[in-house]
Amino acid sequence: MSLPKTQRTIEAIWRIESPKLIAKLTGMVRDVGLAEDLAQDALVVALEKWPHAGIPDNPGAWLMTTAKRRAIDLLRRTKIRDQKYVEIAKNADLYTEEDIDHVLDGEIGDDLLRLIFMTCHPVLSQDARVALTLRLLCGLTTEEIARSFLVAESTIAQRIVRAKRTLKEKEIPFEVPLGEELHVRLSTVLEVIYLMFNEGYSATSGEHWIRPLLCQEALRLGRVLAEIAPNEPEVHGLVALMEIQFSRFKTRVNSKGEPILLMDQNRAQWDQLLIRRGLAALERSRKSGRSLGPYSLQAAISACHAQALTPEDTDWPRIAALYEALSIVMPSPIVELNRAVAISMAFGPDIGIQIVDVLNADPSLKKYHLLPSVRGDLLVKLGRYDEARAEFERAASLTQNERERSLLLNRAMECEKGKST
Amino acid sequence: MRFMMIVKATTDSEEGKMPSPELIEAMQKYNEELVKAGVLLAADGLQPSSSGIRISYPEPGSKPKIMDGPFTEAKEIIAGYTLIEVKSREEAIEWALRMPDPHGFGQGEIELRQVFEAVDLTDNPEFLEKEAALRKHVEEQKKA
Repeated sequence: MSLPKTQRTIEAIWRIESPKLIAKLTGMVRDVGLAEDLAQDALVVALEKWPHAGIPDNPGAWLMTTAKRRAIDLLRRTKIRDQKYVEIAKNADLYTEEDIDHVLDGEIGDDLLRLIFMTCHPVLSQDARVALTLRLLCGLTTEEIARSFLVAESTIAQRIVRAKRTLKEKEIPFEVPLGEELHVRLSTVLEVIYLMFNEGYSATSGEHWIRPLLCQEALRLGRVLAEIAPNEPEVHGLVALMEIQFSRFKTRVNSKGEPILLMDQNRAQWDQLLIRRGLAALERSRKSGRSLGPYSLQAAISACHAQALTPEDTDWPRIAALYEALSIVMPSPIVELNRAVAISMAFGPDIGIQIVDVLNADPSLKKYHLLPSVRGDLLVKLGRYDEARAEFERAASLTQNERERSLLLNRAMECEKGKST
Repeated sequence: MRFMMIVKATTDSEEGKMPSPELIEAMQKYNEELVKAGVLLAADGLQPSSSGIRISYPEPGSKPKIMDGPFTEAKEIIAGYTLIEVKSREEAIEWALRMPDPHGFGQGEIELRQVFEAVDLTDNPEFLEKEAALRKHVEEQKKA
C-alpha cells in the first residue's frame, strides 16, 4: 500500500513547490498557461518515477530541472526568439542545491510577485482572478476550489482555462507594475485575497456558515505577500485584519452550527496566537509612517475588539473614531452603518439611530439585510419593540443565509417577550 | 491544521553548547523558507533543563513535588518547537523533513504532533459542558 502514500506525499510536495515552479517557468516562457502545463508535465513524470525510484533529496530542484528541460525542448521546437533560447540553454545544466537556494532567496520572490499581479489582473473578471490565484499560487486543485465555492468542477476548470487564454490574448506582461500603477494594481491583489477570505469566513449562500480552507489559503497568501512586498503598509494591514478575524473563527458558531455574534462570543476561546500575529502585522503597517489605509484601519478596529477582555471593555469611542477615518478613505453606506453601531455603543442608541434613519433612505442599502437587523437592535434598546420586530422580520426576508435567517426570526419573536416585560 | 515540530534535546543542547555556525545558518534559512511559504506560526528554542523545574504529583490528591533540573534522559526533553499551519499531514511531514538535522551527530530527533483544533473538542459533550460552566463563571465574576 505504499503507492497511495507516496502519491499523497507527492501532492504535498506539489502544493509547496508548484507556485515557485509556475512563477519561474512563466518568467521563462512568458505564458502562464504554458508554464502551468510544463509544471504539470514535471508532476506527471514525478508521479511515474518517484513511487519506484524514491523521492529525491531536493524534490523542488528535481521538478524545476525537469520542467525547465521541457521548456527548453519546447522553445527549441517552436524556435521562439533565438536570443532567448541561447540565454536559457546557457543555464540549462542541472540545478545544484546552491542554485536553488539562490533562486529561492531573491528572484523567486520577484517571480511570485509578478505571478500574483498577473493572476489578479483587472483584465480578468473577479471570479476568474480568485480561481486562478487559488490554482496557481495556492496549489489547490480545481476540485478543491469548486467545493469551496459550491459550484461544479467543470465551471471552475472552464473559468481557469478562459482566464489563462485572456491573459495570453491580451498579452499581459509578466511584471511588477511601477509607480502609481503599482498602488492601483496592488489594491486589486489585496481585494482578491480579502474576497477569498470573506468567502470562507461568511459563506454568503447555502447551509454552510463557514468554509475554513478558503480563509486559510487567503491568510497564507497574505503572509507570503507580506514577505515579498514588505514595504507596502496595506499588505500588512490586510494580513493583520485576516489574522485577527480568523482568531475568532472557532467561536463564531455554536455546536449546532448557529452563528454567534461578536459580542456574545467566548473570548477565552479566541486564538491568542493569531491575535498576537495580527497586532504585530498592524504594527508593521503603522511603522511605515504613512497614514493608515482601509485595510489597516479595519485591522485597527478588529484589534480594539481583540484587546477587550470582556464585551464591556470594548473601547467604543475609539472604534467610532476609526470608523470615522475609514468613512473618509473608503466612504460606503456599510461603513456608515458600522459607524452608527459604534456611536450608539459609545454614546447611546438615540444618537446611533439618527445615522441609521438617514441610511434607511439610501437606495443602495435597500436589499442589505444588516441595515434592518441593526435598526432592529437599536429599536430594542430604545424599547420600541413593535418596530423592532418588523425590522428583524424584514432582515430575515433579505438574508441569503439559512442560519442567519433563523437567528433573525428568533429575535423577532423575542420582541414579543420584550413587550411583556 | 496545525502541527508542532518538536525538536528533542541532545547531550550538547543539554550542556548548553551552542550549535555550529553552519547549523545556525541552516536553521535560519529553513525558518525563512517557512515564513516565505506562509506556514510558520511560531518557533522558539528552550534553555537547557538545568534551569528547568518539574512539578509532579506522585500521589493523587496530595501536594505536588517540585524538582529542579537538570533532568536526565535527553531524549525525553524538548529543546525547541516550531508551530506550522498546513493543509495536510503529508505537508507537515514534508516540512519536517526539510528541517536541518538539529544535531548532526546522530542524536538529532524531531517529533511531529498535530495540534487539537477547537472543532475536534467541540464534538465532545463533556467539553461543551465545561465551556458553558466557564462562561457562566466569567459572567458571575463580571457581576461581582
